[in-house]
Amino acid sequence: MVETQLKRTPLFDTHNALDARMVEFGGWEMPVLYSGIAQEHHAVRQAAGLFDISHMGEFLFDGPDALKFLNQLLTNDLAKLEPRQGQYTLLCQDNGGVIDDLYAYRLSDNRYLLIVNASRLETDWMWIKAQRNSKHKSLQLKMSDRSCDLAAMALQGPKAAGIIAGVFPAAVELQKNQIAELEFGSATAWASRTGYTGEDGFELIVPNEHAAALWQKLMVLGLALGLLPAGLGARDTLRTEAGYSLYGHELTSDTTPIEASLGWAVALDKPGFIGREMLAAQKQDGVSRRCIAFKMTGKSAPPREQYIIFSADGTGREIGEVTSGTQSPSLGCGIGLGYVESDHAKSGIGIEIEIRNRRFPAQVVKRPIFQKPG
Amino acid sequence: MSNIPTNLKYASSHEWVCVEGDEAIVGISNHAQKELTELVFIELPKIGSELAAGDPCAVVESVKTASDIYAPVSGEVIDINDALETAPGNVNEDPYGDGWFFKVRMSNLDEVDDLLSPDDYADQVNL
Repeated sequence: MVETQLKRTPLFDTHNALDARMVEFGGWEMPVLYSGIAQEHHAVRQAAGLFDISHMGEFLFDGPDALKFLNQLLTNDLAKLEPRQGQYTLLCQDNGGVIDDLYAYRLSDNRYLLIVNASRLETDWMWIKAQRNSKHKSLQLKMSDRSCDLAAMALQGPKAAGIIAGVFPAAVELQKNQIAELEFGSATAWASRTGYTGEDGFELIVPNEHAAALWQKLMVLGLALGLLPAGLGARDTLRTEAGYSLYGHELTSDTTPIEASLGWAVALDKPGFIGREMLAAQKQDGVSRRCIAFKMTGKSAPPREQYIIFSADGTGREIGEVTSGTQSPSLGCGIGLGYVESDHAKSGIGIEIEIRNRRFPAQVVKRPIFQKPG
Repeated sequence: MSNIPTNLKYASSHEWVCVEGDEAIVGISNHAQKELTELVFIELPKIGSELAAGDPCAVVESVKTASDIYAPVSGEVIDINDALETAPGNVNEDPYGDGWFFKVRMSNLDEVDDLLSPDDYADQVNL
């Protein structure tokens, strides 16, 4: 038996009613699948899938100094955001090591919303509070962790816009990365045109007590269009195909955004932020290892995290490690992400993955690993 | 589909055995395929290899994990289900039929007595 009770989202009963298989994830009891990972994955690529992401964290920052405060903690440039726009960004230590990757939204001039990983919620909040207390006590800024009273879900797929129109008509007007505050009955909800699957879609945030009603409404609207509930299993195969990093795999406190090939989310041209010196040096001098995406090029079992990567140049030497791997439902072959010596971090280069003591050929590819034609 | 066919014997590690003289056909139970969820890759033993009862002899991979299959009886592998190479899902769809894994010429027929009866296996999986 588990010693500590796992946390449950407001949609827990909903998942059980749908016969979801529940698993432990980051201290939460979450659905890993409903009808099957491949089926849910294909639904997202061809129609739509609905994910419970209530375990993620929501931090709100209010005040004239919110922008200044956050912009020296995060790597990307918040000052570039228009009102109601968001950006992918990272929270780093002084040595450039990643504390978390997240989305930051400018709700208004003085109001910012951060969406953080469930597994990093406490660490992120402690870090941000410590920064506030040690250096910025006099700032005009109020910050609150709203995670406990907010639920969230992600509606993803080509049919997502058609489905959401039935509950949030204004959401269809959102451009990618935009966010809007909308009404859901008596409650206020946020809808952003963002996602973690590589498809068009929306992420919706509502107060806990309205989560089940919103979920049901979306399921009813989407039923005829092929909408399926989708779990963490499909979430992982989808994001791996899209080439997106997952904290704890491609990102850890021992990796920097430059090593993770996320330099595009690091704004060295903005005023100082924590980690800037190290990241600037790495961008200038290069790094010894880089994160790459790869595809198995022959028949093989799927690559898995911690499998060793070898060069295919005749030396057969160890050059890195897999950090995420799976069988791609869309491609029918093994795919993954991993770290290799920088000279091997080039699209097209052949590598080998060791799977149960035998080596199988693979190729470094650009991201996304899978993209629909057209 | 019967969940636990009565003409088979079972290992506590969820393999089933169909005994035909000194030959045994081996697969995994319906309970096992449900637990594993949809399989995407299966690694079978080589024809001619010698298996020892209780040793890992094959690997099944679902989207999320790899799992070992254990030899329920000892002997030489005389046939394998090639179809599983291109259609691993056969195991999920028909675990006692098209989803068979391999055939063994048993080296010790007494080992069959150590296997679980359908009732004992049912008790184990609480059906």
